[in-house]
Amino acid sequence: MPGLILLKNGRVIDPVNGIDQIQDVLIVDGKISAVVQPGTLPEQVGLVYDLAGKWVVPGLIDMHVHLREPGQEYKETIATGTRAAAAGGFTAVASMPNTKPINDNQTVTVFILAKAAEAGFARVYPVGAISSGSNGEQLAEFGELRQAGAVAVTDDGLPVGNSQLMRRALEYAGNHDLLVISHAEEMTLSHGGAMNDGALATRLGLRGIPHVAEEIMVYRDLALAEFTGRPIHIAHVSTRESLSLLRRAKEKGVAVTAETAPHYFTLTEKAVDGYNTLAKMNPPLRTEADVAAIREALRDGTLDAIATDHAPHGELDKDMEFDLAANGIIGLETAVPLTLRLVRENQLDARRMVELLSVNPARILGVPGGTLSVGAPADITVIDPEKKFVFTEESIQSKSKNSPFLGWELQGKAVLTILAGRITWGQDTFSS
Amino acid sequence: MTSEYRFTHKHVLGLADFSVEDIQAVLQTAESFKEISSRSIKKVPTLRGKTIINFFFEPSTRTRLSFEVAAKRMSADTFNISNSGSSTVKGETLIDTARNLAAMNPDCIILRHPRSGSARLLAEHIDASVINAGDGTHEHPSQGLLDLMTVREAKGGIAGLKIAIIGDIAHSRVAHSNIIGFSKMGAFVTVSGPATLIPPGIEELGARVSRSVMEAVDGADVIMALRIQKERQQDPLFPSLREYAKFFGVSQNVADAASPEAVIMHPGPINRGVELDPKLADGSRSVILEQVTNGVAVRMALLYLIMGGD
Ligand SMILES: [Zn+2]
Repeated sequence: MPGLILLKNGRVIDPVNGIDQIQDVLIVDGKISAVVQPGTLPEQVGLVYDLAGKWVVPGLIDMHVHLREPGQEYKETIATGTRAAAAGGFTAVASMPNTKPINDNQTVTVFILAKAAEAGFARVYPVGAISSGSNGEQLAEFGELRQAGAVAVTDDGLPVGNSQLMRRALEYAGNHDLLVISHAEEMTLSHGGAMNDGALATRLGLRGIPHVAEEIMVYRDLALAEFTGRPIHIAHVSTRESLSLLRRAKEKGVAVTAETAPHYFTLTEKAVDGYNTLAKMNPPLRTEADVAAIREALRDGTLDAIATDHAPHGELDKDMEFDLAANGIIGLETAVPLTLRLVRENQLDARRMVELLSVNPARILGVPGGTLSVGAPADITVIDPEKKFVFTEESIQSKSKNSPFLGWELQGKAVLTILAGRITWGQDTFSS
Repeated sequence: MTSEYRFTHKHVLGLADFSVEDIQAVLQTAESFKEISSRSIKKVPTLRGKTIINFFFEPSTRTRLSFEVAAKRMSADTFNISNSGSSTVKGETLIDTARNLAAMNPDCIILRHPRSGSARLLAEHIDASVINAGDGTHEHPSQGLLDLMTVREAKGGIAGLKIAIIGDIAHSRVAHSNIIGFSKMGAFVTVSGPATLIPPGIEELGARVSRSVMEAVDGADVIMALRIQKERQQDPLFPSLREYAKFFGVSQNVADAASPEAVIMHPGPINRGVELDPKLADGSRSVILEQVTNGVAVRMALLYLIMGGD
């Protein structure tokens, strides 16, 4: 029977429906048709996967990726970026607007959606710019962006330096039901910086980016969210004090959500030593204390989501003097194993991992997904938590290879990714 | 030095990579070469047939000349490429340029470059030896070594000395190499200057930080004043050169707080009357000209140890 897939004997983790047990999942015509005790469904004709020892979770959603198309197709295209997403276990991504041209108008948004549909590897939720050209002066056309399919706005890559513009963006986004995402960076403090400020930067002779450069802007944007009564989402949180500010705002009832990226709970600034441009990013890798605080915040709910800030760059963008090299690393294909490290170390449980990588991103962006409810689109990720592999350039599906995790032995991987009942990754891994 | 010791570095990227024995080997070799510079025929054939490229991305007459004289005294062939003459201004990267240089089969490239880590990057992309002649605000190892040599000559040793380094520590690769070198050799280094010019964690390189210049120089055996770069004035690091000179300049009053036998050093070029009183620069306690002379000897030693030591 066409469009029929049975996922047998997997550990189904579906926090929204309070399920964490061995179940069979039946997919019919792109939708979840049943989630039931193993063996209770009649014999099926179609694809049958025996997933004993694997996790079956709602499709993962990465709410912060840079797909580079249009404009920098040598780094990534929407097709290669979403293929990398599928390979990493993601069924949806939110694409940041700093393409060339900037996604500050409906034409670019429509183009992105068309390319994504053509590629068919993942749902793409375009994020529009806050300001025209992300130049920090005039509001972009939020209404048309929303109509074309944008789900949020940000000038990511850059902060909104002008506080009045950020206030107006929060206010006006309310007319169009758009989430405002903050790239929190006080540029007069970070300007010219190449890594975390501190003793290592001094030893390497590199200009530092102090943690207060992030925190001052986190504070400003929390204050503006409270003042306007509009929700805000803080991207790529990297410092301990940012988390204290978030905690306090959440206690006061400010409508704030926040994400961090796997590198911020995995690496410290030490990864930069030796002028390793593969560990250069903005915000920069911080200290042990920041890493510990981020892990705690993922547990206690101060942080809502793990997003990769997938930032592909060509070799020529990275193989140069450290302070001239591009910021950012690819992340889609390492997010699952790096998060599973926290699960194995008992820093997170499996349910919390699914909340951070699927349930909460869907809720924050206001998009479908994040559940395995009967009737929902069959966006499903199957994770083998035991599978060990060495992360090599050859295995990377992204067009770019800029990862500080190259050569790492990792454990845990998405082995099957299903988008609306269609297999986007892992077809060859199993046979029925 | 033990008899088994061998200098094995292919590159000279920073004093952070050098052991105490490495530093001693350079200083001893430099002392023996210094004699050559006092001969009437100041040339030895040691590096005949070797090709050395002076690759300078920043203007620096002194350091470039010092390396060039050192190479010529060892009979090496030298070529100078400076920023304006190289194609990097047209957007060619350091690595592209390095690949073009490699086609000339140089034995050694001496690099001065405004970006920290550039010497190491070049060394990773080329077969030749690389000597860092100053990379950004990271290190300037030959300057550190010539300063060690100058102090060792003036004081008869380095261990146990009190060294005061005054001024812009944050942007000074000379300060970084000196702090690393002097502390490795057993001296006590104190730095002082405007707090805006003292970088975080400088203690980890081996320096103590003092908020007061007078306290930093108290009983010092060596006072080193650093050049204030006027072009940094757009960053609000201190109010004015006038105020800088008054509170952080090495004046007679400051020098009087040091040991009566203290020597005065400066890596040059000096902003006279800003970071250093001209009378001290030219006075009997100044070893600034010895620094220049020793610069040639130290650079001869480095060239010899990385290229001619077999
Ligand atoms: Zn950002």
